[in-house]
Amino acid sequence: MSLRKFITNKTTAALAVLITAFANTSVFAQDAAAGAAAAPKVDMGEVYKSVIFYILVFLAACLFIAIIGKAIRVYELSREAQGKAVGINWNRIHASLFALFLVVGLYGVYWEYTVHGAMLLPDAASEHGKKIDEMFNLTLIITTIVFVVTHILLFGFSYIYKYSAKRKAYYYPHNNTIEKIWTIVPALVLTVLVLMGFLTWRSIFFKVEDPKNKPLQIEVTSEQFKWSIRYPGADGVVGNKNYKLTTATNPLGIDFKDLNSRDDEMADEMVIPVGKPVKLILTSKDVIHSFYMPHFRVQLNTVPGMRVYFEFTPTKTTAEMQQETNDPNFKYLFYCAKICGSGHYNMQKVVRVVSEAEYKTWIAEQKTYLNDDLRKQFNLPVAPAPAKAAADSTATDTAAVKTNQMALNK
Amino acid sequence: MSTIALHDEHNHDHADHGHHKETLISKYIFSMDHKMIAKQFLITGIIMAVIAMGLSILFRIQLAWPDKTFPFLETFLGKWAEGGRIKADFYLALVTIHGTIMVFFVLTAGLSGTFSNLLIPLQIGARDMASPFLNMLSYWFFFMACVIMMSSFFIQTGPASGGWTVYPPLSVVAKAMPGSGMGMTLWLVSMVLFVASSLMGGINYVSTILNMRTKGMDLWKMPLTIWAFFLTAILGILSFPVLVAGVVLMVFDRSFGTSFYLSDIVMGTDILPNEGGSPILWQHLFWFLGHPEVYIVIMPALGISSEVISVNSRKPIFGYHAMVYSLIGITVLSFIVWGHHMFVTGMNPLLGGVFMITTLIIAVPSAVKTFNYLATLWRGNIRFTPAMLFAIGLVSFFISGGLTGIFLGNASLDINLHDTYFVVAHFHLVMGSAAIFGMLAGVYHWFPKMFGRMMNAKLGYLHFWLTFIAAYLVFFPLHFLGLDGVPRRYYAFTEFEFMKKWLTVNVFVTWAAIMAALAQVAFLFNFFYSIFKGKVSPQNPWESNTLEWTAPVEHLHGNWPGEIPTVYRWPYDYSKPGHDADFIPQTVPFSQTMSSNLPHDFEGNAEAEKIQQDWELANPVTENKG
Repeated sequence: MSLRKFITNKTTAALAVLITAFANTSVFAQDAAAGAAAAPKVDMGEVYKSVIFYILVFLAACLFIAIIGKAIRVYELSREAQGKAVGINWNRIHASLFALFLVVGLYGVYWEYTVHGAMLLPDAASEHGKKIDEMFNLTLIITTIVFVVTHILLFGFSYIYKYSAKRKAYYYPHNNTIEKIWTIVPALVLTVLVLMGFLTWRSIFFKVEDPKNKPLQIEVTSEQFKWSIRYPGADGVVGNKNYKLTTATNPLGIDFKDLNSRDDEMADEMVIPVGKPVKLILTSKDVIHSFYMPHFRVQLNTVPGMRVYFEFTPTKTTAEMQQETNDPNFKYLFYCAKICGSGHYNMQKVVRVVSEAEYKTWIAEQKTYLNDDLRKQFNLPVAPAPAKAAADSTATDTAAVKTNQMALNK
Repeated sequence: MSTIALHDEHNHDHADHGHHKETLISKYIFSMDHKMIAKQFLITGIIMAVIAMGLSILFRIQLAWPDKTFPFLETFLGKWAEGGRIKADFYLALVTIHGTIMVFFVLTAGLSGTFSNLLIPLQIGARDMASPFLNMLSYWFFFMACVIMMSSFFIQTGPASGGWTVYPPLSVVAKAMPGSGMGMTLWLVSMVLFVASSLMGGINYVSTILNMRTKGMDLWKMPLTIWAFFLTAILGILSFPVLVAGVVLMVFDRSFGTSFYLSDIVMGTDILPNEGGSPILWQHLFWFLGHPEVYIVIMPALGISSEVISVNSRKPIFGYHAMVYSLIGITVLSFIVWGHHMFVTGMNPLLGGVFMITTLIIAVPSAVKTFNYLATLWRGNIRFTPAMLFAIGLVSFFISGGLTGIFLGNASLDINLHDTYFVVAHFHLVMGSAAIFGMLAGVYHWFPKMFGRMMNAKLGYLHFWLTFIAAYLVFFPLHFLGLDGVPRRYYAFTEFEFMKKWLTVNVFVTWAAIMAALAQVAFLFNFFYSIFKGKVSPQNPWESNTLEWTAPVEHLHGNWPGEIPTVYRWPYDYSKPGHDADFIPQTVPFSQTMSSNLPHDFEGNAEAEKIQQDWELANPVTENKG
């Protein structure tokens, strides 16, 4: 019976091979003829765009695989008919493929680490970021070692211990000592990582404020799909907000009854002095967004109804970073990392880290949130206190205008 | 000759629906037989997986060629891909529904539903589930959940699109995005039905395992698959209700004006009246399920691979007890790690520290499992059946994806990695690829038990190698995008200068994903073809010890024709020295294997030990048993 099956199979398969070969050659012949006639004019662009083309390519691939399958079957059956050992030792093939996969895979990992690994973010530009980077590197080294060793074992064992009818597997149900070792060793390694991570985490989120070096407060408010930045003004304190006060003229809902709010300034980009701690106050108007500033290793979600804080100290100015990365167009950015709607993919602002002096000149040029419309709205006949103009030695045009208005109002 | 007889009977079984008073409806549709329900779960799961994979190819096309037009997309998607380009809103819908289907419908229902239903009664020696009717309901609730989820593609505003975690307020405020309208309502309804289905299934699994084991099948003689399904079911029972609670609160917020998750929200200048709620509450409720959920996904896959690796290495699983205890450890710990999804969501940083500790502890049992797999392969006699290939693939993915979890579980490192492609790469390897590979291993291994026929091994080989390679090509490079600070769920990388260098990688990844998707055609063809035309399966095709292979190939209601077999030994007596065959089924009593018994086998039963000693004295030739 097996012989009969073999003959039928072989004939059918052989026929299939012959027909395909014939079909292919005739198609190629036609192609060649057509190609000779109109070789330079053929525009394949449209062909590559059509779905049918890809379906045909796929079907051709399926046919090819089917032919190979049949050929293998024919080979196996002919071996069987001749009474020889089974045609193809698939166990050996898979074992070799696993070994090959190990070698090629490890090279691939090496390639990824070196090529894609070189395209990553530059070194952290903040104090706590350095600690994060160190810990990242340590974790990377440990995990890479484990990754490589376990994969060598996994694929190595697959290669070495492939099936053989002559051999019997080694009955080895358990070994408590070994099991204890490989429970305790990972536990110890993880304890080290946990402790380091825990201490770093604490140092990031539980900072003791240095009264001599008070952080610069900056409030960032997210909404679909933009960010608003609020600087605290001369008093160094960002004033209160109340979402119920939101209007078209007061989009952030700033409460100007709070004296701290009146000198708060708006900015198009985040400019921060190098080496000075910055305390970010993060809020959201509508949905959850995420304030993500990867060069500084800063990320925190902005949540409506909550104020969350992240304190960090930038250590490299934009200019320094441009030199370091050898990219004159380098810019620090912050952008959204939490799904927030259709504009999620384009919600960014530039961050400039500058020297203290540059920062001072820049901040002096920024406008306050409080303007005439808002003054009317909040029944504030008097604009900023005169003290502000006095304190601010580099009185800007706006400030001057306000002083004039104040005088007029009187 | 017996083969032919079996073949005939099988055909007869399929062709004649009339006998045993079974009608087409009672046999194939409203079936209460656990084997049929398993097949229903599997085929529905496969269909949902194909749909979700198709969705992923759509958004991969968008990511690879953000500025090219594909007219065929408009043909299929209409206004969602006007001019042949997928719209940003629809992109998010694709991502959301891909995630939801894969996590819940494929890897929870498709995996647990299929193999728990199929294997629990067969491997513990029961005639059916504790409550067959509940079991049938479980499938039909699941089916309805699938239908409702898919129906959201046919409504004006499109499916839910706030990500599979549907964080409020985005998912609650209809004005926030089109998908948060009707689509989100359907998502919530579908999810409630799904959880109901899961619970009915889970309660059934637990009660069946606890109450209906055959004679001799004590807990420590259960195969690891059963242990995995048992603990998975417990996890589901304890965590899914919390999701329902969260979902119901969300329904209230969306439809009845309550403020559980909402407060201080201004859409443009429109001040919403909600006050006093917190979006963080949803995250706690969601991840209280959500984290156990990833273990609900991976534990059955680990159980299946334990069984497959042991059978095909012809070796007992190394450290059976350690494997069980690590599953228990994972089960318990998985309830106290949910906060690691929320390190940077505004949760109190103090909690972040605590969750980091618990999270990294859970790596220990996972490591133990991995090492035990390696030890099982060591000095084995490995048969590379398609199931075995997939099980080895699972171990590889579990290692690769598990190790990146150590980065993400560390709160300090998570600051910069949270919500980036690093996360995408991590969970697609450890719970996506690994769990899918576990599921495929199970399908190839137990296909003969389900359909009485064998799948074509060579197509299985092709399927494995293409999928294995393609999965690594897709997900490995994505880690590096994440390390460069590229956030996930971005519609296009075109708006950021620094992301442009990743566009070529995106094209490569998309081609690899297409290759992976096409490789599944080999599986689908093999699967459906073999149901009808596959080679008829022998009684015990893999020479396996477990109980299901003692049941007749043709399906019977009640599984075994006569008495249910009694179990005498653990399921992993492979290649036991002193025994002629390299496997001893669980139903073989020790009295028949005197030459291979070990003192340990008798669990301190003095009488049995005495008999064995006497026998050994009488038969000194076999004294040397290695």
